[in-house]
Amino acid sequence: MTGSVPRISLGPVLYFWDRELLLDFYRRIADTQVDIVYLGETVCSKRRSLRTDDWLELAGTLRQAGKEVVLSSLALIEAGSELASLRRLCGNTDFSVEANDMGAVQLLSGQRPFVTGPAINIYNHRTLSVLAGLGLKRWTLPLELSRDTLENMQQQRPAGVETEVFVYGRLPLAYSARCFTARAANLPKDDCRLRCLDYPDGLLLATREQQDFLVLNGIQTQSARTCNLIGELEDLVRLKVDVLRISPQSQHTEKIIEIFHACLHSDYPLHDAETALQALMPTGPCNGYWHATAGMDSHIVEEAICQH
Amino acid sequence: MELVCPAGNLPALKAAVDAGANAVYMGFRDDTNARHFTGLNFDQARALEGIRYARKRGAKVFAAINTYPQPAGWSRWQDAVDRAAALDVDALILADIGVMDYAANRWPELRLHLSVQGSATTAEAIRFYHENFGIQRAVLPRVLSLAQVRQVAADSPVPLEVFGFGSLCVMVEGRCLLSSYATGLSPNTYGACSPASAVRWQQTPAGLESRLNKVLIDRYREDEPAAYPTLCKGRFCVDDHTYYAIEEPASLNTLELLPQLQAIGVAAIKIEGRQRSPAYVQQVTRVWRAALDACRRDPQGFRLQPAWRDALQKVSEGTQTTLGAYHRPWQ
Repeated sequence: MTGSVPRISLGPVLYFWDRELLLDFYRRIADTQVDIVYLGETVCSKRRSLRTDDWLELAGTLRQAGKEVVLSSLALIEAGSELASLRRLCGNTDFSVEANDMGAVQLLSGQRPFVTGPAINIYNHRTLSVLAGLGLKRWTLPLELSRDTLENMQQQRPAGVETEVFVYGRLPLAYSARCFTARAANLPKDDCRLRCLDYPDGLLLATREQQDFLVLNGIQTQSARTCNLIGELEDLVRLKVDVLRISPQSQHTEKIIEIFHACLHSDYPLHDAETALQALMPTGPCNGYWHATAGMDSHIVEEAICQH
Repeated sequence: MELVCPAGNLPALKAAVDAGANAVYMGFRDDTNARHFTGLNFDQARALEGIRYARKRGAKVFAAINTYPQPAGWSRWQDAVDRAAALDVDALILADIGVMDYAANRWPELRLHLSVQGSATTAEAIRFYHENFGIQRAVLPRVLSLAQVRQVAADSPVPLEVFGFGSLCVMVEGRCLLSSYATGLSPNTYGACSPASAVRWQQTPAGLESRLNKVLIDRYREDEPAAYPTLCKGRFCVDDHTYYAIEEPASLNTLELLPQLQAIGVAAIKIEGRQRSPAYVQQVTRVWRAALDACRRDPQGFRLQPAWRDALQKVSEGTQTTLGAYHRPWQ
């Protein structure tokens, strides 16, 4: 590839996994080629497989393994207890923080450099520049924005600010005060019995003609299809994207990281990578947002081989 | 508490003002506002006429410029802010940080409100917009419970406006991409959810089907009333059950909470529905005016009048109303 090679990040685990599954997952991640690891519960504060101290210990271990660790904040803050946790998270001085709501942005502004996740609405230069002035060091392109918007944003990116793009995973599309997993089980949210533990990749929602459409993940709604921008790697490099984010799934995450890494660092043909990745997805692929069409669309990628 | 009512067009604006709104909110005829629907909204001449009409009767006018511009469209949002400033509106309702930064610098005297599309759910989030752009009011998303609203109100640097009545967004506003996932157009980017241009109706042997850009949102038997295919209000299959998997079609109605909202110190109640008819706006405004007056006179003695409830039920979506998130079990 021409241009500097982007680093690979692993987004926060968006699902509710039990303690063993999580610890085992990150033990394996420590041995992968991933450069940056986002850690923490971003969806529901009732999910407590790991306590704050456990996360911090894990963060230390991953840092020892050479990873840059970022602690991710909850995307929807409602209860006072959640705000208190957010304050503690933003007050930690050992690791940088990924802000996933504007409360977190406020707590970090002017205090220390911070990162924003895909649910922070940075849709134009002026927004990016205001946040850069408040300490933003890396932003993630909002999921519904296209390649052309990214290109435009990159042209006037403030000095010292890095750009990250969500390149692989089911897309977190919406947040609610209601829990749709509990609703599916006919349970009230207050007595959800942590049913999302049963769905390590979320609960599939189909249309009445059996088209897999969305995924219910507690209070979060995701795309059923897996966003995959591997076919756009050359473009991502050309646009000087600094970090490519892979969102964890319960199976094959290491393999997915390996494929992206191979495409970035060796001659692994993108077409083969595309085929290999499709076999690892729970449902099919999509990349419509990149092409400025419906997010669920899948545009066919031209055959291409990485060139160095 | 101030009563803030929707003005999708000039007749609706007049209806709201005549029925007792303290303020009306309107948008321009493009994607700079979150009700970017065909035939709706104001050009400059209509806006001016509306503002004169409202002012003469003691009502304020707010301009909603509450979607998120991308670089290619930026000038349209900047222009909308300038036009609203030229019209001398009483406040701008903004969501995007960049637009807010522009408005605060270019028109420092202009009052700014944080739109519900800004999705601020905590006092800290509100403080961000207050400290950086001097917003003077925040509209809360429809996801908070009454206890949570009370908490935010206690800590917020600015007074709050909350939704009282109208369509219910089950997702946090400003952060929902369901519509663009299916159609390419979202409230953030285009100012409309599940836009009419993507809707297809088709009579089939299995029933009347509604689709959004090919995705089946619902199917109705002959005896079932069909509803607009807003994506989150469709019936879907989860674990072999077909049901309203995300949200049942229902309207938000918080009339019975008025004394509590007043006690919390909420500054304004917002009525949703710029896409609704002038008759609807008039009906709803009249009921809420009467209720707010009754509540102010005697909060302890405040009782729901059956006539109010009947009048609101008649115009409600799906004819069901709900307290939404204000009522904790709903969450």
